[in-house]
Amino acid sequence: MTTLSRRHDFVLIFDVTNGNPNGDPDAGNLPRLDPETNHGLVTDVSLKRKIRNYVELARTGEAGHHIYVQEGSILNEKHREAYVAVRPGDAKAEKDAKLNPKDDKEAGKLRDWMCANFFDVRTFGAVMSTGINCGQVKGPVQMTFANSVEPILPVEISITRMAATNEAEQKKRAEGAEESDTRTDNRTMGRKHIVPYGIYVAHGFISAKFAERTGFSEADLELLFEALANMFEHDRSAARGEMTTRKLIAFRHDSALGNAPAHLLFDRVKIGRNVDGEFRAVDDRGLGNLRPARKFSDYLIDIDREGLPAGVEILELL
Amino acid sequence: MAFGIRLHVWGQHGLFTRPELKVERVSYDVMTPSAARGILEAIHWKPAITWVIDRIHVLEKIRFQSIRRNEVGHKAPAGTIKRAMNRGDLEGVQLLVDEDRQQRASTVLVTPAYVIEAHFVLTARAEPGDNEGKHLDIFNRRAAKGQCFHQPCLGTREFAAHFALIEPGAPLPARNPKAQTAELGFGAPRDLGFMLWDIDHAAPGRPSMLFRAVLQDGVMEVPQPGSAGVKR
Repeated sequence: MTTLSRRHDFVLIFDVTNGNPNGDPDAGNLPRLDPETNHGLVTDVSLKRKIRNYVELARTGEAGHHIYVQEGSILNEKHREAYVAVRPGDAKAEKDAKLNPKDDKEAGKLRDWMCANFFDVRTFGAVMSTGINCGQVKGPVQMTFANSVEPILPVEISITRMAATNEAEQKKRAEGAEESDTRTDNRTMGRKHIVPYGIYVAHGFISAKFAERTGFSEADLELLFEALANMFEHDRSAARGEMTTRKLIAFRHDSALGNAPAHLLFDRVKIGRNVDGEFRAVDDRGLGNLRPARKFSDYLIDIDREGLPAGVEILELL
Repeated sequence: MAFGIRLHVWGQHGLFTRPELKVERVSYDVMTPSAARGILEAIHWKPAITWVIDRIHVLEKIRFQSIRRNEVGHKAPAGTIKRAMNRGDLEGVQLLVDEDRQQRASTVLVTPAYVIEAHFVLTARAEPGDNEGKHLDIFNRRAAKGQCFHQPCLGTREFAAHFALIEPGAPLPARNPKAQTAELGFGAPRDLGFMLWDIDHAAPGRPSMLFRAVLQDGVMEVPQPGSAGVKR
């Protein structure tokens, strides 16, 4: 595997229709909001979770593509029993509760082994409590919070369920409403929070120098872009609604250190409202009478390719 | 200082965690010198040089926001990894995030912007080929072109820092006029209390070093290494 030798910066544009892209645990699972601007937020960790899930799904069991930070149950756990039966000689290592690496060299070995086997450690890094200084892997891929292009309006939807959770709840309800029929007696109310429509932008950075250290390869980069393009296709749930990656634009620098400041490259990707096919900036005051955006075609994405700095290439991956 | 540099850095959020409030992270009001050093090192660093922060200009109002996220509770245990390595098998090496959840709030800075004034000194590890001019040129060239070893960040990696070199002699970026308040020390100096200066990575136990941070007219002076201003 050839390790990545060129720096990349990328812009990920995704949207949500009638769903909650990222709930805020502080606000009763309301979609995350920037309280000052009412723009929606999706945290970097939320997006990384989806990348991990996609890679786990797409590359199950492939050497070097295991996922360290997993969600849910592990099917492999069952294999372990067989393993223990086959190899009884491992008792010594299993017995010791605490093992710390003896020196920097051993810590380095452990780190390299983790990087070689786990895609997410190689990509995002991990903190390993080795008890000595070198216990951290800094991954080459760094992502920022995604921001919605325009302020979003979270809507609360009340829903009902035609059953009670347990007998006690049923009894309580029956006492409260003597005359009503049994169907409504057992009803429980719930809430869903949705964003009717929102288009979000996240920025990402891939350091070729860190890729050298973790062994993040060109093939891993392909897989990362594949994951960014497809991750929402495999993350369907009642809460999410319809989420789609709409655009993935990568800026490939000619060198490891890069050829232009990332913020100037990101400024080249502009998202505006589509007014009869005409691009209008979202902060244009003339847009006041326009209906709120409800679909992707209400927006236009404009990539400024004029006067690109030397040594930077625009890859339109989606 | 003859070899001084000035770098304009800004971003959407920043989180310079106070060491005393790090479970539910709370940011300092202003970028710490160690965070500023990290940004410079992300652009250029060699064992031959050490960056020394001289002062930090605060260009924006100090505003906070709270963000709560699901985080994992544990680090990867080295013992498990070692065992798996010896066994040549991956069983049991993973973190189950659903069973190891911690919800933690972070109090982060909103749209922070700073100018870092710094210089570097050569260390004992400098080789004959290392001279000030060389490293200064490398830094200036990289910062002007937007090159970096890795994208620097404002405290934590999800809050990326954008940066631009301020050429020698060029004026500083304009401070937000709304920020010219007593909060930034306009009128009278504002005491920010004790702030982390840096961590002494050479000493056993890696102790923190602190200094008394004061904002005066939007500028925080940073004591030089070894001076009386740096407390242990």
